[in-house]
Amino acid sequence: MSEAATMFKPYSRPQMAKLAADDIPEGWYVNLGIGIPTAIADHVPLDREVIFHSENGVLGMGPAPEKDKIEPWLINAGKQYVTLRAGGSICHHADSFSMIRGGHLDLCVLGAFQVADNGDIANWATSENDTAPAVGGAMDLAAGAKRLWVLMDHTTKDGTPKLVNKCSYPLTAQRCVKRVYTNLAVIDVADIGFVVRQMSPGLSFEDLQARTEAKLHLPG
Amino acid sequence: MINKIVRSMADAMAGIKDGSTVLLAGFGSVGQPNQLIEGLIEQGARELTVAANNAGSGHVGLARLMELGRVRKIICSFPRSSDPVVFETLYRSGQIELEIVPQGTIAERMRAAGAGIPQFFTATGVGTKMAVGKEHREIDGRTYILENALKGDVGLVEAWEADRWGNLTYKLAGRNFNPVVAMASELSIVQTQHVRELGELDPDHIVTPGIFVDRVLHVPYGDPGSF
Repeated sequence: MSEAATMFKPYSRPQMAKLAADDIPEGWYVNLGIGIPTAIADHVPLDREVIFHSENGVLGMGPAPEKDKIEPWLINAGKQYVTLRAGGSICHHADSFSMIRGGHLDLCVLGAFQVADNGDIANWATSENDTAPAVGGAMDLAAGAKRLWVLMDHTTKDGTPKLVNKCSYPLTAQRCVKRVYTNLAVIDVADIGFVVRQMSPGLSFEDLQARTEAKLHLPG
Repeated sequence: MINKIVRSMADAMAGIKDGSTVLLAGFGSVGQPNQLIEGLIEQGARELTVAANNAGSGHVGLARLMELGRVRKIICSFPRSSDPVVFETLYRSGQIELEIVPQGTIAERMRAAGAGIPQFFTATGVGTKMAVGKEHREIDGRTYILENALKGDVGLVEAWEADRWGNLTYKLAGRNFNPVVAMASELSIVQTQHVRELGELDPDHIVTPGIFVDRVLHVPYGDPGSF
């Protein structure tokens, strides 16, 4: 499809992060995956008490520290320096993953290579024979959190759809994605498949379907 | 008088055998017992199986141990790091075996070993290549896979404070895998920034009780470096 044929404005990364942030209510315990999802925290106002978790045993993360106030013993799962909010706590790795695996997190937001319309997610390896596949905590988060959202571009750089009928890349977990925020749309994963909640300005449903492998549905 | 505090690195490392499984705590460079890894390099044990979250970075620490051909197998969740050159070279040329394990499953396998639980079921990894060859069971409508406990012959731990009974505290994100490595290992060896008198640590603030600890070496190196 030629871009000239349609006039629409994709969501920017900060807009995608803000869309997701606006959907997180006060009181939720939330883990944000490394990469784009980390930016969601910047769009949750501090007076809305959302408690951010990091796999390495940090619960109640605050904003990044100012350069002269770095605490060298306080990092997140992405190995970045972070702060603790008042009320924050530290635990060991098995307790931290009990929060994840025991279903205590209200939400996890991950990046992904592909999401299928049954909720399958592939986000850790791009071939069956990856030289040294690195899974980290992705499988625990995807299988364990109460709900999983994905924040990712709608297609690859060359235009290949990432919302698919069946993931071709190795799975991270089955049937667990509940919602996808892309640069083109916000899409729920429902029993019937992908249901479009919102589209970027100027984009038509047909345009969106043309960039999506799996069938899209309208609500209702 | 019980005194788990050892005087030298040689005493800390004494008796580690070839073929040992070594559990290595740490996440990033925080709470990672770097000096004990150097001690293990000096000590000379070979044919090691090392379980750690990462597979080493640059040419120091765990990466150096691998580069010297001393590690037969690595069990980890995230072999990629900022500079995984040694691991990738060995892995590509088939000189090191890799068991990739989800991060929470590694931590739980260690805790299970420490708690006398030989195997457990988990939903993590179901429907992925992690589940291949593993026993599956449906419990209350959900499918789980069976995982084995991961016991260490040796555990290397970094603490913030320790006393002569081996009671330990940790500092912030330096806690990470340290408590589960201590409880999962037959011989738990600790490096600590601070040594406290017996009774000085508040019992309510001790994270790892000394029953899980065998040897303590005082290594006051300061703050973790950059990653």
